[in-house]
Amino acid sequence: MSRNRLISAAMAALFIGFGGSGAADAAGDKLVVGFSQIGSESGWRAAETKTAKAEAEKRGIDLKISDAQQKQENQIKAVRSFVAQGVDAIFIAPVVATGWDSVLKEAKEAKIPVVLLDRQIETKDPSLYMTAVTSDTVHEGRVAGEWLAKQTGGKCPVVELQGTVGSSPAINRKKGFDEVVAKNPGMKIIRTQSGDFTRAKGKEVMESFIKAENGGKGICAVYAHNDDMAVGAIQAIKEAGLKPGKDILVVSIDGVPDIFKAMAEGEANATVELTPNMAGPAYDALIAYKKDGKEPPKWIQTQSALFTPDTAKAEYERRKDAY
Amino acid sequence: MIQRFLPLIVTSAVLVVGFLLCAAQFPNFASLRVVGNLLTDNAFLGITAVGMTFVILSGGIDLSVGAVIGFTTVLLAVLIEQAGWHPAAAFAAALAVSTGFGAAMGLVIHVFRMPPFIVTLAGMFIARGMGFVLTTDSIPVNHPLYGVLNDVALRFDGGGRLSLPAMLMLAVFALAVVLAHWTRFGANLYALGGNRQSAELMGVPVGRTTVLVYALSGGLAGLAGIVFSLYTGAGYSLAATGVELDTITAVVIGGTQLTGGYGYVAGTFVGVLIQGLIQTYITFDGSLSSWWTKIVIGALLFIFILLQKGLLAVWTGRGGETAEA
Repeated sequence: MSRNRLISAAMAALFIGFGGSGAADAAGDKLVVGFSQIGSESGWRAAETKTAKAEAEKRGIDLKISDAQQKQENQIKAVRSFVAQGVDAIFIAPVVATGWDSVLKEAKEAKIPVVLLDRQIETKDPSLYMTAVTSDTVHEGRVAGEWLAKQTGGKCPVVELQGTVGSSPAINRKKGFDEVVAKNPGMKIIRTQSGDFTRAKGKEVMESFIKAENGGKGICAVYAHNDDMAVGAIQAIKEAGLKPGKDILVVSIDGVPDIFKAMAEGEANATVELTPNMAGPAYDALIAYKKDGKEPPKWIQTQSALFTPDTAKAEYERRKDAY
Repeated sequence: MIQRFLPLIVTSAVLVVGFLLCAAQFPNFASLRVVGNLLTDNAFLGITAVGMTFVILSGGIDLSVGAVIGFTTVLLAVLIEQAGWHPAAAFAAALAVSTGFGAAMGLVIHVFRMPPFIVTLAGMFIARGMGFVLTTDSIPVNHPLYGVLNDVALRFDGGGRLSLPAMLMLAVFALAVVLAHWTRFGANLYALGGNRQSAELMGVPVGRTTVLVYALSGGLAGLAGIVFSLYTGAGYSLAATGVELDTITAVVIGGTQLTGGYGYVAGTFVGVLIQGLIQTYITFDGSLSSWWTKIVIGALLFIFILLQKGLLAVWTGRGGETAEA
């Protein structure tokens, strides 16, 4: 037992001994940004990370990225580590909307500005973050729904592949789409389930939808909360012996290269683009803030454009390297 | 005597050397803030790992703990936000439910002589499923007591803080050391894990010990769920997925033998900190893929199991010699 105690005493001495030192900033004048990324669950997410790196390089910013592997506890740990490290700003792409107050309070106490990327959080104290760079995800769902309503004359039984349960894009993309459905009595969501934003889950859930709906005969269209799930669904439709894009229309959101490829091949019908360049506007806001203390608006909104097969080929060529 | 403690010494050395290496590379690493963060961020893992240590010492395994944490966070959020309970009452209810859940699994394991792996695997699915039945959304808990509890902390210079979850974890570890080494229950546990049959012959109450140890593990997972709920201020049915594997890893890296009967609670504490340290290092570096955490942990796990195996071989070899001589 005494050996035990000896070790713990030695460790304690070590911690305290080092406690005082360690204020020096290794990076010098360069802005250091810590980015807590959700993970790399989709092609879009990977592109966001890649773009964040490229845009940081352009502006001479030292970017530290931590991949949370889809877990909030990892994100909270990462944010705490960034605070401990004394970075100049923290970017978070929050995996869920809730539960950020206490760690953001620590960042605020350390006077480190926080920028939310591509997703909002739920908090009673909006001063905990400086700004949020997001698209209007409700609007994205609406754009997708309106396209489908127009295309089918407002008559269409839809199956829906939802995103990660409880995440704000899943909630909002559903909400926007539901608004359109409510306005068109001929449109109905006959089945809806989470495909967790992944290809594999999207395929699996679509398979079960097709089985449940009499081999897919009752389905007019599939609405997927992201392109990756749509790509998985296309696979499932093909394996069921149906033609994706014709027998079952495919509409999704994000605008990743693979969906443009699918559209060029006639297997998907529309996508609403969510630009992966979220970090760029965030850096600009941060640089302006650091220079003259100018607070950016609380919400920096990005565009949501709809793309259809006629431009798909060109768009694919333009995008495939960015991802 | 030194061999008995060797796994623990090696583990502690890995932690100290690892910390020194990190500190040498990043000037801000060796600060009380980082140490405080390590304790706070891994509090729920540490508390769960204590229960897991006891279960593994008794020769079993508990795969349900991560799911129980997730379920507890949802139960708390639903009780507090939707049913209007006071958090203290909700905490008590959550502890009672999780302890009862663990005890029920222990009972099934003992009465039906079922392998703990299967029973607790079923428990994992049941607990995770119950969370989803309660709600599929992530529900924020806005009760003012949560804010108050989250602000409870011993503050040190340079932004370091010992938060309530960290204090709770340290207290749980302290109590666990006493329970393991200075009580009848602890002695029964080691006996049961060492050899069930001889424990039975020695008059160890096998049934009671089994039920108690799973109840303890369930209860601690419930406590970890409360800590997790404070930590994120929300209930989410997907919370703490895979934590059962992280805790088993912490226990094994801490020098406890997966076959039971041998190990120390203190080692588990070090095992938890090593995992946290690796994660912190990778965040500080900022360019490594966070999946390196898993790779390094996997490698460490492998090395420690080999070490245990080697030590075991050496001991049994020696034991044989003395018997002959």
